[in-house]
Amino acid sequence: MSSATFVGMPAFPDAARGATADAQLRHNLRKATGTIRGKRGEVVEELDDWSELREAGRAIKDRTLRHLDRYLETLEESVTAAGGTVHWAADADEARAIVTRLVRATGEREVVKVKSMATQEIELNNALEAEGITAYETDLAELIVQLGEDLPSHFLVPAIHRNRAEIGRIFRERMGAWGVPAPEGLGDDPRELAEAARRHLRQKFLETRVAVSGANFAVADTGSLVVLESEGNGRMCLTLPETLISVVGIEKLVPSWSDLEVFMQLLPRSSTGERMNPYSTVWTGVTPGDGPQEFHLVLLDNGRTDSLADEVGRQALRCIRCSACLNICPVYERTGGHAYGSVYPGPIGAILTPQLQGLQGPVEKALPFASSLCGACYEVCPVAIDIPEVLVHLREKVVDGKRPGPEKAAMAAAEWVLEDPKRLHAAQRAASALRGAVPRRLPGPGAAWTDTRDVPDVPERPFRDWWRDRSRGGRGGEERR
Amino acid sequence: MRIALFVTCVNDTLYPGTGRAVVSLLERLGHEVVFSEEQTCCGQMHYNSGYRRDAQRLAVRFVRTFEDADAVVAPSGSCAAMIRDNYPRLGEHGSRLQRAASELAPRVYDLSELLVDVLGVTDVGAYFPHTVTYHPTCHGLRMLRLGDKPYRLLRNVRGLTLVDLPGAAECCGFGGTFAVKNPDVSAAMGSDKARNAASTGAEVLCAVDNSCLMHIGGTLSRERAGMRVVHLAEILASTEREPALA
Repeated sequence: MSSATFVGMPAFPDAARGATADAQLRHNLRKATGTIRGKRGEVVEELDDWSELREAGRAIKDRTLRHLDRYLETLEESVTAAGGTVHWAADADEARAIVTRLVRATGEREVVKVKSMATQEIELNNALEAEGITAYETDLAELIVQLGEDLPSHFLVPAIHRNRAEIGRIFRERMGAWGVPAPEGLGDDPRELAEAARRHLRQKFLETRVAVSGANFAVADTGSLVVLESEGNGRMCLTLPETLISVVGIEKLVPSWSDLEVFMQLLPRSSTGERMNPYSTVWTGVTPGDGPQEFHLVLLDNGRTDSLADEVGRQALRCIRCSACLNICPVYERTGGHAYGSVYPGPIGAILTPQLQGLQGPVEKALPFASSLCGACYEVCPVAIDIPEVLVHLREKVVDGKRPGPEKAAMAAAEWVLEDPKRLHAAQRAASALRGAVPRRLPGPGAAWTDTRDVPDVPERPFRDWWRDRSRGGRGGEERR
Repeated sequence: MRIALFVTCVNDTLYPGTGRAVVSLLERLGHEVVFSEEQTCCGQMHYNSGYRRDAQRLAVRFVRTFEDADAVVAPSGSCAAMIRDNYPRLGEHGSRLQRAASELAPRVYDLSELLVDVLGVTDVGAYFPHTVTYHPTCHGLRMLRLGDKPYRLLRNVRGLTLVDLPGAAECCGFGGTFAVKNPDVSAAMGSDKARNAASTGAEVLCAVDNSCLMHIGGTLSRERAGMRVVHLAEILASTEREPALA
């Protein structure tokens, strides 16, 4: 029962080739993203002050990040005062070791999990499994992914790439190996599927004594943690077990409850397209006789302070994981999340993953280029992350770190020609001399264009020749394109 | 008004008809067009691909060529957006490029902005007896925020029937070097855009940017969709005496 991993996935252009050719996947994605996009559009449209809210969200996050050291200390004090224990994890290794040690200390061999990006980022389930501890995902979509030994492909709807027929099959074939099996004769009716998941999960909620979660927000001045969700399964995990361990990125902080209020409006509308999400669970340390009696907060850095040091890139840390940028992105809609080869897919993944992991391997280096820079992500981002700006900034870093090669030579040659009008003119004349001799299918890198598109006809002469001729009183005027 | 034409390297080299259309349109409206042969390229491809220093050198040339102009028109939404949105943050903080670019940028216009906002005209006296659908382009829509300006200009063209393009706001998938770095995704987006365009039944797909039109037009032509792509300038320059698509 191993969990899949993104490690060793191919870089975006190669992964995207298979994804774009998968007609079923493209159909599932178009339908799902289109629906969420439409809902978001309606609930954002109805607010007169959306742009002010968005600006407030941006400003609060920027202020928090500017004084993050101070707010983190406040949070630690508040959580400790409320009876929780705070642990600091510099990287994924440290975080995994802390959580594993805490679970072992309880003597339990099973944990229930609230849907969390941070625990996926550190691949916690695999680490727990290596120590003989089984982690049960309890978010419906995460359950589908886990049972299918699959990878999530979206923040909000991790199984967006699956349709209900596929889900029915996964439940019938895999549920029994993990606990309560699917009922006899389970079909693919959504209500039947939900009921099967409910029965399967109910046993986990009632029998498991340790829960692992993330958090959407951590309020520094009271030490309160906040989880927003739709199913109520998260609340089961946050209230029924005896021990709760929450892994939270250090950028999830907000200073106070009045700051939180802004995000309670921004997040549900941007994420599920609801005015308010069905379940908002807030807990502050431990309360005797009510809920988990042991609470651990693991604060995760894992590349975040490196990003914070980058003046352009740091805006990615404002992200509240709403997934509006995924749902609007024309690239994501055609490839799905797996092609990004990272826990964080879509436009935000393309700027977050290379910063958190460093621009090291082919996957990270390809991500900043996995965008046409159309700007739709920036427009819908509830905290105004200028994703195209960061993409270009990261592209510059990739280019700066690149050895000389055909692309660098071609770009240098293009600049040399374009730097001087005489050289540009000579190139234009050469192109016009060859007009008609351009083949329909170009060889080498040109094939990337001509495989699916015709090349434009080169004109008889460039515009500047027409202008020069005209200003000398020549033929100017009429000519064929 | 005296208007400096920045024809753009793509139009200069591949689509001179668009440049000629801008000249004929503005002169017909009683304005003077000047063209400096010192101009080359705005540097958008280099900037968007991560070659900042190359883009800076091209920006320096652009600013030097156009800094004395009262108004600069660029018949390319993405080039106008490159200059307006990106030039001011292209130079080092406090550099001459940053100062000069920030000073010049607000006087650089896309054709539809120049006509509607600066020259205050929405009926340019054009005649184009065809069914047209308009693709707003990403830079025109989200960076320049052209809004309804191109539509207002098109609605006033005599003989022209304007039909809505489904999924208009979505990117066509060109994206400069994106088209060759991620050819499969680019082609998938282009194919969807071409299908939406063809579904309108229009004869012509119009936009303010020949780069996008090269990609969509190349896809339409490969798919033998029987639909033409025409730059907005060429439709607005078209008259009964000198029709486009004659």
